Amino acid sequence: MSLIRRKNTSGTENHPTWINAATGRNALIRKELADHLKSRRFLILLVLIGSTGFASLWGAISGLSDALSQDSNFAFLKLYTQSGNSIPSFMSFIALLGPIVGLALGFDAVNSERAGGTLNRLSSQPIYRDSIIIGKFLAGTAVIAMIIYSMGIGLGAVGILTTGLKPSGEEVLRILVFLTFTVVYIAFWLALAILFSVVCRHAATSALAAIALWIFFSIFMSLVANIVAGAVYPMRNDYEMMANSLNNYTLELNMNRISPYYLYSEAVSTIMNPSVRSVNVVTMSQLVGAVSGYLSFGQSLLLVWPHLVGLAALMIAAFAGSYIGFMRQEVRAN
Amino acid sequence: MMEEKKQYEDVIEISHLTKCYGSKTAVNDLNLSIRKGEVYGLLGPNGAGKTTTILMLLGLTEPTSGTAKIKGKDCTRNPLEVKSIVGYMPDNVGFYGDMTGRENLRFTGRLNGLNGDLLENRINRLLERVGMTKAADQKASTYSKGMRQRLGIADVLMKEPEIIIMDEPTLGLDPEGMRELLEVISNLSREDGRTLLISSHQLQQVQQVCDRVGIFVEGSLIASGTIGELEEQVRKDGNFLLELETSPCDDKLLGMLYQQDGVQNISKEGSKLMITSRKDLRGELSRFLGEHGYSVLHLHQRGGDLDEIYRRYFEKAGQSDERNELNSKKKHFWHRKSSDVD
Repeated sequence: MSLIRRKNTSGTENHPTWINAATGRNALIRKELADHLKSRRFLILLVLIGSTGFASLWGAISGLSDALSQDSNFAFLKLYTQSGNSIPSFMSFIALLGPIVGLALGFDAVNSERAGGTLNRLSSQPIYRDSIIIGKFLAGTAVIAMIIYSMGIGLGAVGILTTGLKPSGEEVLRILVFLTFTVVYIAFWLALAILFSVVCRHAATSALAAIALWIFFSIFMSLVANIVAGAVYPMRNDYEMMANSLNNYTLELNMNRISPYYLYSEAVSTIMNPSVRSVNVVTMSQLVGAVSGYLSFGQSLLLVWPHLVGLAALMIAAFAGSYIGFMRQEVRAN
Repeated sequence: MMEEKKQYEDVIEISHLTKCYGSKTAVNDLNLSIRKGEVYGLLGPNGAGKTTTILMLLGLTEPTSGTAKIKGKDCTRNPLEVKSIVGYMPDNVGFYGDMTGRENLRFTGRLNGLNGDLLENRINRLLERVGMTKAADQKASTYSKGMRQRLGIADVLMKEPEIIIMDEPTLGLDPEGMRELLEVISNLSREDGRTLLISSHQLQQVQQVCDRVGIFVEGSLIASGTIGELEEQVRKDGNFLLELETSPCDDKLLGMLYQQDGVQNISKEGSKLMITSRKDLRGELSRFLGEHGYSVLHLHQRGGDLDEIYRRYFEKAGQSDERNELNSKKKHFWHRKSSDVD
């Protein structure tokens, strides 16, 4: 009956005398990944991103001939950036809907464990406490990367089959950078959702808070930037317009860039569109003598490097917030 | 046998452990040693600091001052080593609802570095031991409270712990579930030789399986020892509680009772009088009742059991609020008891 005998408990044969924190963390990541992949939520997200992706591809293809008649270079990239039939491009779809993926994967990461009474059981296992939150973030990011890369590459494949366009090496590189940007962008929203799940006791509260922030950044931030810029550098008459327009525009732009939505949109539209030569205001004097042409891949990347750093910093800051919050919190359920 | 040999080997040593939350002291200068192989019951009302103490033992909460050691390892500084030999069953133990019981155990095993056949064999063995083999492949969200509790025990045993800490394990179980649980607990100690620390506010039940108990009130351990030792102390203090039910029950009786030496307090619960006194009143009382034609319906001297001890120590600690709360709880016990007697 009782197979667990005294010698097992007093002896060390079943216990490694060394304790490896990595074992526990790997087990955790593995479980989180399996949880995500088996969940209905993951399926819904996949369907959401898949259907919008293919809708946008269909729009892009129907608008492709018009676009190519104006500019036939980098045709393959247009599958991702071209909108048509009043369907937005894949790029703008992802900028708007991508955050939903991150939020859905993270909004109940910690508070559901707390509510379910599994958090204290989990943290009494021989793992460091930060393994829990790191595991959740890494597993979530891995799922995001899976969704985004498979969807981006899948869209390209369907594009090749339907249009017969062939991507050049540079186009492939640009698409990969675009997808990487997207993963970082969505991982930021994941980190933010995890932060809310640490702070809020109820999953519903944290979901609402995260969604509110998402809507604010995607829709209202540009309005706020516009109003603030107008108040600081007014442009009510001709004189003010002449004196303030540069400052006004620069301030508005910089404020907009606080929003990860804008930052991401600006960065990927630069990467996916080689004819974008600058992300800031360009004066007439700067344009004198400029040769109109495409930027090389390296130069485009250079242009948006600060954006990438900014996005990564936002992601790390959000994760650091949730990490610190989690480590300082009591483990107990109530 | 084993206990005798190892009697003086302390596996859990807590010294001057203190935890403050802001100005509130949750655990106040706690000193406690628990010996290998014993079952120790940490008893106290809700909010006494039991869970906080347990969390500090597991390194999940940092003490404000003092130290806790398990097998010589500091719980705050070496939480990983401590957690690999200590099994913890939290109150209201929870499982991942979308995983089956077996998958939940497998996950715990992996967290403890088990895999392959060793892992699967241990899962099967433990499922059998707690009688969950049939339900093992159902989703954990379908489990009843009792099943979760049993799975919780299997989960604790996954790491083959030398020390098991259970927080309110009997909470919300039906009598049958309670009996099974207590049997498992005593097996864990007697057959496997594990050390158990059980926190609870349900004294009656826990009393049966504990070798020693500690009474924990407002963050302080106000008494610790075997039940016999605590009883001894209560007796020395000379407090008696007498339950009396007579017919008729009138003012004359009350007047006589108040005149008795050593009567401290008389209160009425239902049709019974509760008489607290410094000495044994039974002899004089029976004489008086007989002389004046009262018929005795119920006469019971209380004392000795843990419930009583608990109450006494609360009184000593001046826990008037807690006591009121406890009294209302206790009414329930007493009614049940008296109906047993009748």
